Amino acid sequence: MSSTTFPRPQATTRSVTGISTGKLAVWWIVASEIVIFGGLLVFYLLMRFRHGDPWAEAATHTNIYIGAFNTFVLLTSSLFAVLAHQAAESDNGKKAARFLMYTIGGALMFLCVKSYEWSIEIEKGYVLTKNVFWGCYYLITGLHGFHVIAGAIIMGFVAKDAAKGKDLQRVECIGIYWHFVDIVWLFLFPLFYTTAAG
Amino acid sequence: MDATTTATTSGHTESHGHGHHEESFVSKYLLSTDHKIIGMQYMFTGLIMALIGGYLAYVFRMQLAYPGEEIPGYGILTPGDYNSKVTMHGTIMIFWVAMPVLIAAFGNFLIPLMIGCDDMVFPRINRLSYQIFLISAIILVASFFVPGGAFGGAWTAYPPLSATAEYNLTPLGAPLWLIAVALEFVAFLLGGINFITTVMNSRAKGMSMYDIPLVVWMIVIASILFMLSVGPLVAGAVLLLFDQIGGTNFYNPAAGGDPLVWQHLFWFFGHPEVYVVLLPAMGIVAEVIAVFSRKKFFGYKLALYTTFATGILSFVVWAHHQFVAGIDPRMTNLFTVTTLLISIPIAELLFLYIATLYRGSIEFSVPMLWALGFIATFLIGGVTGIYLGANGTDIFFHDTYFVVAHFHYTFFPIAIIGMYAGLTYWFPKMFGRHMNQTIGKIHFWFTIIPFNLIFLPQFLLGLAGQHRRIYDFSNFPQLSTHELQHLRIVATTSLIVMLIAQVPFIINFFYSIFKGRKAEKNPWKANTLEWTADSPPGHGNWAVLPDVHRGPYEYSHPDRDEDYWPQDEPSK
Repeated sequence: MSSTTFPRPQATTRSVTGISTGKLAVWWIVASEIVIFGGLLVFYLLMRFRHGDPWAEAATHTNIYIGAFNTFVLLTSSLFAVLAHQAAESDNGKKAARFLMYTIGGALMFLCVKSYEWSIEIEKGYVLTKNVFWGCYYLITGLHGFHVIAGAIIMGFVAKDAAKGKDLQRVECIGIYWHFVDIVWLFLFPLFYTTAAG
Repeated sequence: MDATTTATTSGHTESHGHGHHEESFVSKYLLSTDHKIIGMQYMFTGLIMALIGGYLAYVFRMQLAYPGEEIPGYGILTPGDYNSKVTMHGTIMIFWVAMPVLIAAFGNFLIPLMIGCDDMVFPRINRLSYQIFLISAIILVASFFVPGGAFGGAWTAYPPLSATAEYNLTPLGAPLWLIAVALEFVAFLLGGINFITTVMNSRAKGMSMYDIPLVVWMIVIASILFMLSVGPLVAGAVLLLFDQIGGTNFYNPAAGGDPLVWQHLFWFFGHPEVYVVLLPAMGIVAEVIAVFSRKKFFGYKLALYTTFATGILSFVVWAHHQFVAGIDPRMTNLFTVTTLLISIPIAELLFLYIATLYRGSIEFSVPMLWALGFIATFLIGGVTGIYLGANGTDIFFHDTYFVVAHFHYTFFPIAIIGMYAGLTYWFPKMFGRHMNQTIGKIHFWFTIIPFNLIFLPQFLLGLAGQHRRIYDFSNFPQLSTHELQHLRIVATTSLIVMLIAQVPFIINFFYSIFKGRKAEKNPWKANTLEWTADSPPGHGNWAVLPDVHRGPYEYSHPDRDEDYWPQDEPSK
């Protein structure tokens, strides 16, 4: 990467608000992401309220145990992200990088479980085009999964630099993003798994 | 996320500072991370797209004036092609002209110069933003040439028309349109984050919140509006794309979906979007009016609070586009109230502009003419909007040419008049040379008069009941009378005059870039920081970044001999 040679303008180093520019930008990214997922979830909720029972019945066919396990995996990975931040605060780049690798491990685990879960659903015939509930299920959890992949890739770059003790402030930035991805899942899990018929 | 982690295009390095080394054309103009160059890239791309959009307007206006006849420079226009031309005209003019020119071009060029820093905070994300935007523009233009032609489901893309190729007849154009729009939104999200964080964090020393020029404030507020409103549309677009190519039924009522949800998602974005492009134009006009009236801007803080109010209200007016779409009539009452409320802050802003003009020593330079033209024409657009915002009258006017005339009276002042005001005002700073004022004035009058002659007749046509999306009115006895056809011909002829009147501008523009009279640092005797940099500013903008000592509008201060007081001049 050309990052070693790219000279940062003075603008990047200024901080009128007292918050670092990178962190500020991440918060704005999170804000714009909230409205994207917000739009999808509002669509889902509107449809669910309108259709009532058939949708609640459809939700019983999602696998609550796999969903719960994945919730656990993501929450654990978030814990490692916090530990990485703590290590970065005390200027221990190597340790921060190691914790970030654990977080990436959590992301990979989540994705593997997710693919296994999807393949079970598809085998049972619950495919994307079956009805609007399953359409929402695949699209929304799929978009979330896409964010997990993106987050893990970026985290790889951050960890690589952090291991050399470079740009440690980024560990916190990617952590903020990772917690956001995690929190989105905390909305998806009850909406698609636990609030079923009964 | 920091700049380095997300910059995907690498390999380009340049030495910081003041360009003492030769750069190739590609690295200087195409791969530059300099905010001024990126602003120019957006500007030129937007202007080229404007020409395409204007040509499309010419094609379908000719069909409406002379139905079924061969159009010079195009040929015979079929009904399917007509839909596609109208759709693409709307899409291009809003998303690929108004947005890139007003927000991205002026935002990129002005923000660092007006707040006194050397670049955007994330220069490479800025470059990435333009590159994504360019790809989106290429995809959109390429969709004209795929089998079936460009998307023909109207720029609002209501399903099921937009979701089903059997209806819109553009099986490839429709998904390409959606992909282009989605990419464009990604580009502006990246740009918007840059704008907001730059203004929040990188202002010059001494520049408080109330020392920021109005145009910068308004571009930032517009960026925030965009970021907070575009999400639902992105979500909706993903659903629509899967309906088009993935076989899902999110918007298909026959299979448990709901087409009305798209309308909500679209207009939840679509109405703030009006203010996303309006606010930068309002800001440009504010700067121009203050400078050429030689007066302090009347009610700076009030203008700011008014802008905030507009921004907040713009999120709760969207359903006024859907009064006849089958939503609950009680809800339409609610949205009538909010819609009429939002006209208050906008009217207030216009009053502030007029109050600034009042008893100023007005100089009718070319930018000032455009600014005054903006106020006059936008006023008509705003006032006619009240009839459409009230549910009772809207039921009568909905989907007629009254609506078409109304939103052209808002968007034309915003996108074209506002752009010309900004372009003629900052031209000396952008290119270091002056434009010819005489040609500029001719261009102004031959644009503004034909513009009114295009759209005033359309109010009358709308009142006569002419529906928006009809290819040929000869099948409707009440609409194909001589008088009404005459009005259509007036509108089309005026459009042709207006398009021809852009030729002197284009000649003036390019001639002046290379051969115009050299411009000094501060030709208009303005206060804001960009006028203290060289014309055009070099890489890094200033040798030493300026400090700020006062607000941006201290014109004709009684204690001073000169009638302006630059922001960076220390008080004695």
